[in-house]
Amino acid sequence: MELVVSLGIGLLAACGIFLILRPTSFSVVLGLTLLSYAVNALIFVGGRLTAKSPPLVKAGTEGHADPLPQALVLTAIVIGFGMTAYLVALALRAKADSSSDHVDAGGKQ
Amino acid sequence: MSHLPILPIVIPLTTAAILLTLHGVDIAKKRIVAMVSVLSVIVVAVIMLGEARQGIITVYRLGDWPAPYGIVLVQDRLSALMVALTAALALPVLMLAKAGWDTCGRHFHAFLQLQLAGLNGAFLTGDLFNLFVFFEILLLASYALLVHGGGLERTRAGLAYVIINLAGSALFLVALGLIYGTLGTLNMADLIEVLPNVPAADQPLARTALALIVSVFLLKAALVPLGFWLPHVYTAASGPVAVLFVIMTKVGIYALLRLSTIGLAGTSYTADLLQPWLAWLSIATIILGTIGALAASRLAGVVANLVLVSSGTLLLGVAAATPEAIAAMLTYLVHTVVWTAALFLLADAIADERGAAADTLEKASRMHSFVGLGAAYLIAAVAISGAPPLSGFIAKLMVLRSLHDTASWVWAWSVLLISGFITALVLARAASAYFWEPGKEPEKTATETLALHTTSSRQALWITVIAALMLVPFAPTLAGYTSATADQILQREDYRAAVIGPHTTVDRERRP
Repeated sequence: MELVVSLGIGLLAACGIFLILRPTSFSVVLGLTLLSYAVNALIFVGGRLTAKSPPLVKAGTEGHADPLPQALVLTAIVIGFGMTAYLVALALRAKADSSSDHVDAGGKQ
Repeated sequence: MSHLPILPIVIPLTTAAILLTLHGVDIAKKRIVAMVSVLSVIVVAVIMLGEARQGIITVYRLGDWPAPYGIVLVQDRLSALMVALTAALALPVLMLAKAGWDTCGRHFHAFLQLQLAGLNGAFLTGDLFNLFVFFEILLLASYALLVHGGGLERTRAGLAYVIINLAGSALFLVALGLIYGTLGTLNMADLIEVLPNVPAADQPLARTALALIVSVFLLKAALVPLGFWLPHVYTAASGPVAVLFVIMTKVGIYALLRLSTIGLAGTSYTADLLQPWLAWLSIATIILGTIGALAASRLAGVVANLVLVSSGTLLLGVAAATPEAIAAMLTYLVHTVVWTAALFLLADAIADERGAAADTLEKASRMHSFVGLGAAYLIAAVAISGAPPLSGFIAKLMVLRSLHDTASWVWAWSVLLISGFITALVLARAASAYFWEPGKEPEKTATETLALHTTSSRQALWITVIAALMLVPFAPTLAGYTSATADQILQREDYRAAVIGPHTTVDRERRP
């Protein structure tokens, strides 16, 4: 399971970084989204991979998952979501202003 | 428990919410609400400075949960100084905005308050995750503020700024995930105890995590090669926003200073994380900023590049990490923030009076009040280039003296001195276009409409200049405060004892 999860995170991060380095803002937005998925999964794994263990300690249960990374990842998801929404709005505005999605567009106006 | 440390966050945050609900209300009323908030934050900051001066580290536990489990705010000399500086900067920003900038777009005041809440939170928080959260609050507000006023240049600069900071946030989160995964804590005071006891197998991962977090802070502080975003963004920003952004790079420097004294020093595998490259990159940043200032075509662009120079100078102090270097660097920080803000205010005033020519380095018609502006410009130019007798000279002298024992001191001294000389040259060249070779008489109609709404922006300029001049007579007080600050933040054990408790041991579970 560890191998699958780490390969998944690595693949997401690699695709994200590749897309961020593209010259059009649409692919950059996609890349940042993928990258934030990778990061969220990474934080979540920081609390160790456990199966069938609750994040709340109850009398009589054996072993529990670390609840802190789950709280952190929720915060990170919310923040990432808001930021991406703003980025999309800004990218659309830039596209409308310079009539192109390309990074070099509108520089000479 | 005193509720003082949370007030600099709660007051602007509440005001931002109130301002958003006042949607259809007249702008004059919004300005009053915003001004009340800024003035009360200034009062709180002054009380905090008074408390911190006595050397007390005040810890505010949210929900009264003890650290390291709960969230804490820590008010010591360093954070009180930074909060006070932010509050002091907010006043001219608001006054300049009142001159008309805040009507160029919507919700300016709400975003300004959010940004203040984020800045103060970042300076006060005691754990790394909330540092991330407050970074995001201040960044989100700054994204909106940067594009305030609209126009293609701002939108494009804003897009680049948002993308690079989102990538930085992702790196920050990776670092936090790794730190929590290996060390099991994100509380900065707890790191003091945890870091030396990391098993050898986990040390490379912990070191990687700390290196990532350092690079995020350096991205915010705009160190070469992570600082190329800065000049364009700061030049594109509208007047009050550029003034406010002066403190933004200082957040990264503050965070790095805090992390390096708390987390990095004192542990064999992390102590060399910043050495020796930070000093050399700082020198490169100063060189790049100086060249950028030479090449800039507008005064705002020159000042934006001078922000890079000041970042480099400050990071030289962080790299040296001796008590003298940190004290000198903090003195320089206060000086550079106030004078850079004054220069941005001047750039705005000059652009205002020259009409279409704006603040480009071209000759244009004579300014309406060129005697007053010229005087302010002369004082600011002398201060920022580090010539005697103003605070720039005192601060630069302290920095130079504190760097004398470092390995790269010959280079640091040469670059700092030559950079100061070139800064003076650049500002003199600009002055000759603005003041010494005035063109024809100003047009009558333009000046009359100007006088209506610029009073507030001139007041902002003069308040800043006078406050900055006060740094000269009060230089010994400031130097005393900063050297006490340097001593305090280097006493890691005191910080831990204040936050967690002098003899408290934290129960830890050994995880697989």
